Amino acid sequence: MADHSHSHDDHPPFNHPAPIPLLIGVFLALVFLTILTLVTSDIELAQFAFPIAMVIATAKAALVCAFFMHMFWDKSFNVLFFLSSLLFVTLFIGMTLLDTGQYQDDIDSFPREPEATPVVAEQ
Amino acid sequence: MAVVDTDNILEEEHHHHEPFIAHHFDDAEQQFDSGKLGIWLFLVTEILFFSGLFVAYTLYRIHHPEIFEQAHHFLDKRLGALNTIVLLFSSLTMALGVHAAQNGDNKKCGLYVLITMVCAAMFLGVKAIEYSHKWDLGIFVRSEFSYHPHTAEPFHVSPYLIKLSVIPVLLLVGFIAASFFARASSKVALSKFMGGLAITVGGYFVGVLIGMTFMALTAENEHAQLESPSQAPLVLRALTLDDDKHDDGHADADGDAHADGDHSHADGEDHAHGDSHAKSPDLGRDVGIFFSIYYCMTGLHAIHIIAGIVALAWIYWRCLVVHWRPDYFGPVDYVGLYWHLVDLIWIYLFPLLYLID
Repeated sequence: MADHSHSHDDHPPFNHPAPIPLLIGVFLALVFLTILTLVTSDIELAQFAFPIAMVIATAKAALVCAFFMHMFWDKSFNVLFFLSSLLFVTLFIGMTLLDTGQYQDDIDSFPREPEATPVVAEQ
Repeated sequence: MAVVDTDNILEEEHHHHEPFIAHHFDDAEQQFDSGKLGIWLFLVTEILFFSGLFVAYTLYRIHHPEIFEQAHHFLDKRLGALNTIVLLFSSLTMALGVHAAQNGDNKKCGLYVLITMVCAAMFLGVKAIEYSHKWDLGIFVRSEFSYHPHTAEPFHVSPYLIKLSVIPVLLLVGFIAASFFARASSKVALSKFMGGLAITVGGYFVGVLIGMTFMALTAENEHAQLESPSQAPLVLRALTLDDDKHDDGHADADGDAHADGDHSHADGEDHAHGDSHAKSPDLGRDVGIFFSIYYCMTGLHAIHIIAGIVALAWIYWRCLVVHWRPDYFGPVDYVGLYWHLVDLIWIYLFPLLYLID
C-alpha cells in the first residue's frame, strides 16, 4: 500500500477512503453475527427468538450502513434522509396493523364455504 | 459580451482538465454531492418499495403464526446462511472496490468489482437450486400450490433447473465468443470486459454446483424425516394426507381440475380427526400464501441482484477504460451504495424467512 499513502495528498476534501483493516473487520463481524443468529435459531428461546433475530439483523444492518455505506463519514443530511425512510416504514406497518383485525373473520371464513359444497354433494 | 467570452474560455479549459464534470456543476465536489443525494433518494424509494412486502409478511405472520413456525421445514437454512455469507463477502469486495476507485487505482477497482459480480451470480446460482428444488416438490405460489413430498437422489438435475439455466448458458457462450471476437479485432478493453462477464456468468454455475453439493449432503436428513410421517412436522403430515386424498380424488373426478382442487381440501377436512389436525384443511392454502410471500420477497430481491450485476458491469467497463480518479469516483460509490442496500435487504430477509422457530 505504498502508493496508497502517497495518493492521499491529492485527495479532494470529499474523498475519504475507509481504512481497509476496518472494512475487513466489519466483514468478519458480519460473518460472526450471521453464525450467531444461526446458533440462536437452533436454541429454544420461545418468544425471545424473534426479537433476538431482529436485534442481530439490525446490528448487521447498522454495521453495513455505517462503514460499508460510508454513513459514518457522510453528510448528516444524507443520513437523516435515509433514516427518515425507516420512520415511514414503521408508520406504514403500524398504521396497517391498526386496521387488520377488522376483517380477519371475513377472511378466515371466505374460502371454506365454496370448498365445502362439493363434499356435501358427493357424500 | 466580453465577460461571457471569458467564461466560455475558462469553461473550455476547465473541461479539458476535468473530463467528467458536467457543465452544470461548479466543481467535482458539487457534482459528487448531488449524485450522492440522488442515490440516497433512490435508496429511500427502494426501501419503501420493499416495505410493501414487509407489511404483507408482518400481517400474515401476526394472523397465522402457526404457519410460520412450520414453514422453516421447507426452507434450507444452511443454503440461506451460505447465500448470506456470499452476499456479505460481495459487500466487502464492493467496499474495497470503492476504496480502490477513491485512490484512482482502476486495476484493483476492476478486480474487486469483478469479484463482486461473480459473488452476485453465485448467489443467483444457489437461489436457482433452492427454487428448482421447491418447484420439484410442487411448492409454488398459492394458486399453483400442490405439495407432493418425494426425495430426489443426490445431484438430481431438476427440469426446472435446466429451464432456469438456459439464459445463463446462452450468456456464457455469447460472452466467451464476444471476448474472442474482440481479441481477434484487437479491442483489448472490450475483450477483457466480455471475458469478465463470462467469468461472472461462470459464477452462477459455481453457485449451482455448491447448492447441489449442499442439497446432496443434507438429502439424508430430509429422507429420514419423510420416511417417518409421525416424526414429520404437523404441516408436512397434513399436506401429505391432503396429497394422498388428492390422488384418490383424481381417479374419480378426472378432467375437472377445479373440482379436483376443491376435493383435496374437502377430503383433508374429513381427515381432520383430533385437535392437532383441526387446521389441516387450511394448511395447504396457508402454506401456499406463505410461499407466495416468500417468492415475492426473494424474487424481487433476485431481480435487484440482476440489476446490480448490470450496474456493476458498467462500473467494470469504466475501470477497464481507466475513468476513475481521486476527484472522480462517484458512480462507483453510488453503485456500491445500491449494492449494499441489496445486501441490507437480504440481511433482514434471511432471519425473517429462514430462521423461524
